[in-house]
Amino acid sequence: MKRIESEAELADVIAGANGALRVKGGGTRDVGAPVVGEVLEVGIAGVTLYEPGSLTLVVGAGTPVAEIDALLAADGQRLAFEPMDHRVLLGTTGAPTIGGAVAANVSGPRRIQAGAARDFTLGARFVDGAGRVVKNGGRGMKNVTGYDLVKLMAGSWGTLGVLTELSLKVQAMPEVQATLVADGLNPKDAVAKLSAALGSPFDVTGAAHLVGGRTQVRLEGLSGAVSYRAKALQDGALAGFELVEGAASAAHWAEVRDAAPLAATTGAIWKVSVKPGDAPGILDALGSRVAGAILDWGGGLMWLALPEEGDCGAGAIRTELARTGGHATLVRAGAETRAAVRVFQPEPTPIAALNRQLKAKFDPRGLLNPGLMGV
Amino acid sequence: MQMPDPREDILAKKDRIVARLREVLPSDAVIDDGIELKAYECDALSAYRCPPLCAVLPASTEEVSAVMKVCHDEGVPVVPRGAGTSLAGGALPTADSVILGVARLTEVLEVDYANRFIRVEAGRTNLAVTGAVEADGFFYAPDPSSQLACAIAGNIAMNSGGAHCLKYGVTTNNLLGVRMVMADGEVVEIGGAHLDAGGLDLLGLVCGSEGQLGIVTEATLRILAKPEGARPVLIGFDSNVVAGACVSDIIKTGIVPVAIEFMDRPCIEATEAFVHAGYPDCEALLIIEVEGSEAEIEDQLGRIVAIAERHNPVQIRESGSAEESARIWLGRKSAFGAMGQINDYMCLDGTIPVGELPHVLQRIAELSEHYGLRVGNVFHAGDGNMHPLILYNANEPGQLEKCEAMGADILKLCVEVGGCLTGEHGVGVEKRELMGTQYSDVDLDVQMAVKDVFDPDWILNPAKVFPLGVSAARRG
Repeated sequence: MKRIESEAELADVIAGANGALRVKGGGTRDVGAPVVGEVLEVGIAGVTLYEPGSLTLVVGAGTPVAEIDALLAADGQRLAFEPMDHRVLLGTTGAPTIGGAVAANVSGPRRIQAGAARDFTLGARFVDGAGRVVKNGGRGMKNVTGYDLVKLMAGSWGTLGVLTELSLKVQAMPEVQATLVADGLNPKDAVAKLSAALGSPFDVTGAAHLVGGRTQVRLEGLSGAVSYRAKALQDGALAGFELVEGAASAAHWAEVRDAAPLAATTGAIWKVSVKPGDAPGILDALGSRVAGAILDWGGGLMWLALPEEGDCGAGAIRTELARTGGHATLVRAGAETRAAVRVFQPEPTPIAALNRQLKAKFDPRGLLNPGLMGV
Repeated sequence: MQMPDPREDILAKKDRIVARLREVLPSDAVIDDGIELKAYECDALSAYRCPPLCAVLPASTEEVSAVMKVCHDEGVPVVPRGAGTSLAGGALPTADSVILGVARLTEVLEVDYANRFIRVEAGRTNLAVTGAVEADGFFYAPDPSSQLACAIAGNIAMNSGGAHCLKYGVTTNNLLGVRMVMADGEVVEIGGAHLDAGGLDLLGLVCGSEGQLGIVTEATLRILAKPEGARPVLIGFDSNVVAGACVSDIIKTGIVPVAIEFMDRPCIEATEAFVHAGYPDCEALLIIEVEGSEAEIEDQLGRIVAIAERHNPVQIRESGSAEESARIWLGRKSAFGAMGQINDYMCLDGTIPVGELPHVLQRIAELSEHYGLRVGNVFHAGDGNMHPLILYNANEPGQLEKCEAMGADILKLCVEVGGCLTGEHGVGVEKRELMGTQYSDVDLDVQMAVKDVFDPDWILNPAKVFPLGVSAARRG
């Protein structure tokens, strides 16, 4: 099927489809149970509106993230949720799109302070599984006009509809950034440090620990404020941490954002969301099966490398989560493994029933990415 | 404003419904006495009133569940009520409905500073959430102006914002999880103390759904460390256009004030007469607040003042003390009360792209002249949320209708320039019939299909949000 470049065409194609469709934007985020179906390649790209003075950007969902980054940077702005580039971890090629980032609710280290992709997506247009064009939300941060379907679409991985246009809130780039770094902490001590930093009034915008390596805390803002806060943290919760500035600081966070230290490992990669304090205990429980781990979001986001054998540790991880709360997604594994192991966290019965019924309302013929999320 | 006719079959079985509710709740938790029910006839949109069939005040999730099972079984509409501060009629009952109030669900269930969350029962007031953690240096960020009275349940229903959401976001950005009773009484947990959904983001769907998808009984909320300090600067301008341009310039520089509030001349004059805050005699003023350490505040205010000076301000008054800050905020915080001294008023809640402010204010002035009703504008300028206050006399026949017609015109204008009907008050009954100006039939049908999933019989707050004609077939 040819690449679709307009919303009207997309609506026609979906309305006229008579079999399963694999929705593809940039094709860099090959996550989820493998979908059997015809590829629906969508590339509705372009900037509809950019108003730096009101932090508003409206773009086609197929617009590459790199183009958006460049556009915003020219005006001293950026996407606050710093979406990860999955190519690093998954070895995929192509250009990541903003639609993919939102459809997968992909957020980087700044999620802990600024919010997720879902928080910065204020409006959306999409084509649902019946081929209907739907719009929801708007351009403003405050909006309670009807139900918030934008949040529902963010993180629905193209199973409810195909995003065509997004309205985003952007953020001014800070004057400077700096990172406080320490080596040699164990996960428990590292999470305690990160937690103390995040619980300080110093507006920490990143808090991560590379298991077996660095522990790092990011500060961003006006230069005077960043120096002041760095010193206050070094005098308090982060005694012994060293200050890294500028490009070196940025490089530390790009690495965490993309889970780059795990890219070279072989095997399965899990993304686990828990409350930060639970992360060290989960690492302990999994023990030597963990071949590598990164804790971001103060410990609340765990990237875990495990051998791609059997269930890849799904049972062990989800047994822990039954105790602590949270969820685990198998982000990287071979297609065969992803067909056999539940990639997304199984939901309790009543929630699973709601998900199934929502899927049936938005996509009554079950055409869009069927089975990808296990719904 | 219309409400659906009450169903005779439900009115006829009132005694049985009340008796069944008394079987599952303590006797003082079921109210069917006409005098006592007066308190539940309306919310803060007090122009519209109707006594409900009865009101219930359950004190636990289990009791809420038991109530929902009875109401589901009897097919009775249920209108959830937080603290009754809705300005949109979100808690307005119909004669055949049961008001389910969460006023007895007020406990703090868990406070976790290391993981930065608090879990509370949903009837707790917004300010009492901060109250539970402020001694330890934390706060809950969304701060609707009714925060002393309004309940978290209502904040979730209306996705409430407040003056400080420019920096901290609105309820949906600070809500981590809920315990919710479904229309059939089933209890579900959505989200938790962790971030983001592992599957479909049902939490995002529930927040802002105006009590139509379930009854939230507990909420897990993100708490933040209090900043070291905060101080505002007040800047007066001789035109709305210039004040708007100044806001845009500040945002572009990358300074993130926690609040940028705007007041126009009618509002400034009314508040001056009322509280004597010492505001300048000017067309428009901005109150801009920044946070941080003392040096950081100085730095930010210095940059803001430098930008403002390029716009020929009438006055710049930088606060140097807590007392001066309080005086600067005094007028803004008294604005609604001040307008209420002059007359009855209707408070609108449309949003607009910030750049459209001068145009929109001009059009509002024209509408004011056309309808012969005075308007004052208070505006969360950082986020585009307008609060035009239309003055009218409720005792003069026809004035309310005229005021509503003018309000509708202003809201249509907001949508026309790229904004929306309601930023933080909700649609309720007030803006229900205007939904078609923002959304197509398909857009609304898809939203209603979501309600079909959560509440197939449409018993939860059924006559709200969607135009009555559009939802008629579903409401049965």
